[in-house]
Amino acid sequence: MERKEWPLWEVFIRSRNGLDHKHCGSVHAPDAPMALQAARDVYTRRQEGVSIWVVQADQIHASDPDAKPEMFDPADDKIYRHPTFYKLPDEVDHM
Amino acid sequence: MYTQAIDVPDQQPEEKKRSATALESAAYQAEFDAKLARGDFIEAKDWMPEAYRKTLIRQISQHAHSEIVGMLPEGNWITRAPTLKRKAILLAKVQDEGGHGLYLYAAAETLGVSRDELVEALHAGKAKYSSIFNYPTLTWADIGVIGWLVDGAAIMNQIPLCRCSYGPYARAMVRVCKEESFHQRQGFDLLLALMRGTEAQRQMVQDATNRWWWPVLMMFGPHDSDSQHGEQSAKWGIKRISNDDLRQKFIDAVVAQADVLGVTLPDPTLHWNEARGHYDHGDIDWGEFWNVVNGQGPCNRERLAERVKAWEDGAWVREGALAYSKKRRAEPARAA
Repeated sequence: MERKEWPLWEVFIRSRNGLDHKHCGSVHAPDAPMALQAARDVYTRRQEGVSIWVVQADQIHASDPDAKPEMFDPADDKIYRHPTFYKLPDEVDHM
Repeated sequence: MYTQAIDVPDQQPEEKKRSATALESAAYQAEFDAKLARGDFIEAKDWMPEAYRKTLIRQISQHAHSEIVGMLPEGNWITRAPTLKRKAILLAKVQDEGGHGLYLYAAAETLGVSRDELVEALHAGKAKYSSIFNYPTLTWADIGVIGWLVDGAAIMNQIPLCRCSYGPYARAMVRVCKEESFHQRQGFDLLLALMRGTEAQRQMVQDATNRWWWPVLMMFGPHDSDSQHGEQSAKWGIKRISNDDLRQKFIDAVVAQADVLGVTLPDPTLHWNEARGHYDHGDIDWGEFWNVVNGQGPCNRERLAERVKAWEDGAWVREGALAYSKKRRAEPARAA
């Protein structure tokens, strides 16, 4: 049987200028203009946003949750990448 | 809500995991248990026991169904709201309930079910929703009492869910709770206005309070000793506070509110127990509760029939919009 359900879209909202768009939820819609309309009606009824992005959910590629160790552990032992790693003389430590 | 549709490399990790060897399964289970013990969230694509997934689908979808069925008793009064201001408020509230349904269906979808499947289960009478919505809204005061008591009880239930172990559900609940606060306050405000009105209006508030009080106490579910899912849900970090504890917390909060309003709660045995530090209350009629849960409430049939009608009457719109979008996508190809 032909699939009748509207596709799923992920919604990203910029709450005010100067901030990033942030994921806030999903809507079902047949196309992008209607997804934007639905996102506006559902997610910005109380001045939550000034800009909306919608992305069809099956177009998003995500990292594998099972691969978390390989992906992210290598950063654990590289504390020299942080400014706090360097203890400088008191006179210049606030540089 | 980080949906099931998102593409993850290595295809179907679910399938892979279901066919995992016993040894691998044990490792997944250990990791899952460790996450819960640390108070970490479980996210959509993480491994989880099948029973945890099933429990969440059942609970989140019931919750979503309750939101959209809950639109019906209140929608009943939109055209009869006494002023334009009250009408605008009620419209906004009913619109919120539709939104809450959407957040929750989306959270359920992250667990690998489609929204259409869930809605079909509701319409077929296979899925439950909160039995409170099977009671009628007879007067305008009912709209106020629903906001004050029904939404008040819902908030009591929902605040602990903002910390539940499943991330997408917890995030949906944070959003719901923010909006729910407006619902409760507008209800109390509506009742205050009636209480400052005529004797007949005060009577109306008292009558609505009398009718809703006991069904509202039933919203917290059976006593802990009779609760089917309580213990396992507590272990999984889905339910953080028990039915009876939430009910007690609610009663303790409402008594003072009823005083401010000037209504009497319809329980002659309700009194402060100094030793317990809580209010004692009368027995709840669980026969009535199970009757309504099992389909024999005053409005069960009407609510479900209205839902099904709305779904069927809207079918041509859903199909038309989908056909239009397909046609639009096909057009450039034809032109080329």
